[in-house]
Amino acid sequence: MSKKRCVAMLLAGGQGTRLGKLTTRLAKPAVPFGGKYRIIDFTLSNCSNSGIDTVGVLTQYQPYILNSYIGIGSSWDLDRKNGGVSVLPPYMGQKGGEWYRGTANAIYQNMYYIKQYDPEYVLVISGDHIYKMDYSEMLDYHEQRNADATIAVLEVPWHEASRFGIMNTDDEDRIVEFQEKPAEPKTNLASMGIYIFNWKALEKYLTEDEQKSDSSNDFGKDIIPAMIEDEKNVFAYSFNGYWKDVGTLQSLWEANMDLLDDDPSLILNDPAWKIYSVNPNQPPQYIAPQAKVTRSLVNEGCVVYGEVYRSVLFYGVHVGLGSTIKNSIIMPNVKIGANVTIENAIVESGTVVEDGMTLGSSDGSISLIADGEIVSVPK
Amino acid sequence: MKKVVGVINLVDEKNTLSELTNHRSFASVPFAGRYRLIDFSLSNLTNAGVNTVAVFTREKYRSLFDHLGSGREWDLDRHQGGLFFQPPADEERRSTGDIHSFHENLSFFKRSLSHYVLVTNGQLVWNVDFDQIIEEHEAQNADITVVYKPCDDPYTSGSHYNVLYTNDDERVDRLNLGVEPLPGDNVYLNTFLMKSSLLISLVEDSIESGKYQSINEAIAASLDRYHVHAHHFGGYVTFIDSVESYYRYSMEMLDPNVTQELFYNTGPIYTKVKHESPAKYLESSTVSNSLIANGCTISGTVENSILFRGIRVGKGAVIRNSIIMQKCEIGEGAVIENVILDKDVSVSPNETVTSEDQPRVIAKSTVI
Repeated sequence: MSKKRCVAMLLAGGQGTRLGKLTTRLAKPAVPFGGKYRIIDFTLSNCSNSGIDTVGVLTQYQPYILNSYIGIGSSWDLDRKNGGVSVLPPYMGQKGGEWYRGTANAIYQNMYYIKQYDPEYVLVISGDHIYKMDYSEMLDYHEQRNADATIAVLEVPWHEASRFGIMNTDDEDRIVEFQEKPAEPKTNLASMGIYIFNWKALEKYLTEDEQKSDSSNDFGKDIIPAMIEDEKNVFAYSFNGYWKDVGTLQSLWEANMDLLDDDPSLILNDPAWKIYSVNPNQPPQYIAPQAKVTRSLVNEGCVVYGEVYRSVLFYGVHVGLGSTIKNSIIMPNVKIGANVTIENAIVESGTVVEDGMTLGSSDGSISLIADGEIVSVPK
Repeated sequence: MKKVVGVINLVDEKNTLSELTNHRSFASVPFAGRYRLIDFSLSNLTNAGVNTVAVFTREKYRSLFDHLGSGREWDLDRHQGGLFFQPPADEERRSTGDIHSFHENLSFFKRSLSHYVLVTNGQLVWNVDFDQIIEEHEAQNADITVVYKPCDDPYTSGSHYNVLYTNDDERVDRLNLGVEPLPGDNVYLNTFLMKSSLLISLVEDSIESGKYQSINEAIAASLDRYHVHAHHFGGYVTFIDSVESYYRYSMEMLDPNVTQELFYNTGPIYTKVKHESPAKYLESSTVSNSLIANGCTISGTVENSILFRGIRVGKGAVIRNSIIMQKCEIGEGAVIENVILDKDVSVSPNETVTSEDQPRVIAKSTVI
């Protein structure tokens, strides 16, 4: 393999327990988003658009749908002769094998994958977030600062800061302290879980970390604090764009609704920064004479006879006559009968809603309709 | 299944769609919101497991070439077989019939090791099960099977149709080329199946004798020598041959029964992927009885219309009974009625583009 400037390692093994039944059969990065995408499309498209053509995708939890979705990476232009996308599941070796214990251990177990490309830098990202980011700019910043590690950060509201890994930086954006979910945060600069490392430095720290029996083998808890302790050059790279961790039903719902603004902060149709996904091959959507559709995203293959307001319809959704869908996310191939009312709900792929049913409520809670069950989550 | 090689024969295309075929081949005319006409026949072939397909073209093939690419979207990027894009090898023969295209490509048929050749064209919108035709061909012990549809379309006009007559056993007695069909006539859909060896000998004989300019002439002249079986196609198919019929068949796509048959009943129809986001309907949008493709942003009113990908409809704009192709911009307050806007047309705010009776075509990239 020829040498690469940067290899990306994409952590996609997350179970996403806070998404409830949505993730019974699929890993969080494979959860549908925005009417046609899956969450992981955003990071894969970022890689492709940033010119990073070598991506190792680390899978673990319920990998089948994710693996088949990624395929050979052709949807993201990542089907390359040298590099491209490689799915890296946990495996057995001669001395046994194990599940990935933490984010750092997952990379450690796949060091041979990185070594074959002998890269200058390794970009560590996760498939859990919705954002558009040019990693090549972060890479330039990392090089200019002569950094050993660079962590992308963004300012979060102060009252939420204690949910994140918080950086304390000096005047030159050098990270002097890293607090994982601090009770009393000193800043509101939160880690986005996007790291660039000099490969040689990372290799050393990952190997050392493996020797420590008390380590949780995690970037945020172990590797980054160890590098700061050793006074390595660890810099914060500020990001100002849209970024959302869609780890809960509430945040998943909000991030979908954010797309419905007149001028959303996340533009899906920028020709210079396309969000790629696997194409389901459906005809255009049909909006019937009786239908009303406003403030919504509707994908190909939908057939709408009813009323849709402030909602996101994935491909192949049918909305029957007299039905009303409001403030909801309807995932692929959901069939909604006649005279149905759905409000503030997330309806899982393939659900069939019988005529006349009422799902969800207007009390502000978000209902998840999955696996034939209705679960309400208060706001 | 016996190995079949497919041909999409575009050599005899007539550029009868006014501005729509000024700069592109008939087969690459956009249709139904996100497709090109060729997508239908091409998908039908691959859905039947035909993984070697040649596209014979004559002229204006730039947009077609761009659309088909490596054939990946149709699963035709193969090591064995795949897509063969065949522009004319000999420029001087452009104006003569398609027999020269077959002759120029004889090595393609000889080398493909296929048992059968299935030839169709790029202007039919249909979803046909070619497997069934192959089975029928074998069951009938036919030498050639030709596909037809009884014409019940009062709009087919012009003497560019081929009409066939059969005996009681669905064996073809007569094939009249270049005629205007009467209601009830069996219109030959320029789609046939025969053994590769038979095609090769028909082509070689035609060239040697110099008698026939087209493969259909050669078939028509050999009805007494070979068993030519007629397959009755009972499904939906279009006879597009003018702007008017293009418009009318497009509007039929607003009938969910038609789209169900075309897109869901037999096999999927594939096309080039554009990676557009889902269509976005804003607060002031009013859309009814319309087909909307991805990438559209709609703030205005759309009625009885077809919007291709990536169209912006400004606030207060009204689109009625119209076909708007890819990437058109409709400014605020503009009114569009009974027109076909080709790609990249830009209509300024408050402009009116209408047509009284005939659908009017606005050429590609026009600014109004």
